[in-house]
Amino acid sequence: MFKAKVLIKRRKTILDPQGKAVEIGAKHLGLKNINSTRIDKYIEFNVDTSDKKTAEEEVTEYCKKLLANPIMEDFEFTLEEI
Amino acid sequence: MLNGKKPKFGVVVFPGSNCDHDTYYVLRKIIDVDVVFLWHKQSSLDDCDVIILPGGFSYGDYLRTGAVARFSPIMNEVINFANKGGIVFGICNGFQILLEAGLLPGVMIRNESLNFVCKDIYLKIENQDSVFTKGINSKASLKIPIAHGEGNYFADEKTLNELEENSQIVFKYCTGDGSIIKEANPNGSVMNIAGIINKNGNVMGMMPHPERSSDSVLGKTDGSLIFKALVNNIFN
Repeated sequence: MFKAKVLIKRRKTILDPQGKAVEIGAKHLGLKNINSTRIDKYIEFNVDTSDKKTAEEEVTEYCKKLLANPIMEDFEFTLEEI
Repeated sequence: MLNGKKPKFGVVVFPGSNCDHDTYYVLRKIIDVDVVFLWHKQSSLDDCDVIILPGGFSYGDYLRTGAVARFSPIMNEVINFANKGGIVFGICNGFQILLEAGLLPGVMIRNESLNFVCKDIYLKIENQDSVFTKGINSKASLKIPIAHGEGNYFADEKTLNELEENSQIVFKYCTGDGSIIKEANPNGSVMNIAGIINKNGNVMGMMPHPERSSDSVLGKTDGSLIFKALVNNIFN
């Protein structure tokens, strides 16, 4: 079995309104050096197979078809045997 | 009344507040007090006697509900005001902001059902001595609507014990005849909690919307009882 750790990032060229709104909070807090706040997604799950290739294929499909929207997001993941 | 003058309420407007106008309308037209809007960038509370943090989705509820609004400039004044004993009332998103600001204990998590729930519910008054509830006929349950996706109040056991010991739980969700049972809880909140007050009794937050059940035109007026009780208890 593998533990999959997936990081999904919105493309740099696409506005992240959430990051922008949260950064206003940083300004109000008086933090002067904070900029370019981006809020991405980190997702963890198990993949119940002993074959790494199968695991990679399944995680890729999960990411491409559901977890990420390939039009605006990129994803990367690691698999750790558990 | 204050030397013959009407009490002055301030309704804070954050970017994303959407119950500010309803609250303003009810206070001015139904409760008949003075009321002003307070823009979140203000650094003064304009000599208001009561501050209301209204419902809505301040800053898009990004990160966590109320997490960014809590750092709006006006919140420094609201916190000072509250610490000096000023009356602060948070409704729905306002309650969430009070939690993030640390003026009330606990946190709000996603509704157990995962659904945004918008419907009338019933409330039992658990603390009949608060400035928000004293004088309301406590035998009846109050019919007031909720409209939220994150109203599932949670706190650790120590905090819950303190809330109970100090009678800080003001409202619990109940059935129409006043039974506090799981089935009457619309969001999964711990102990059916719908509203709490701070230890000093001057800062209250509640998830239901009393301003949406205050005008008889809407067919229900139980919410107005809370505003009326507040005015009677602190100004008369």
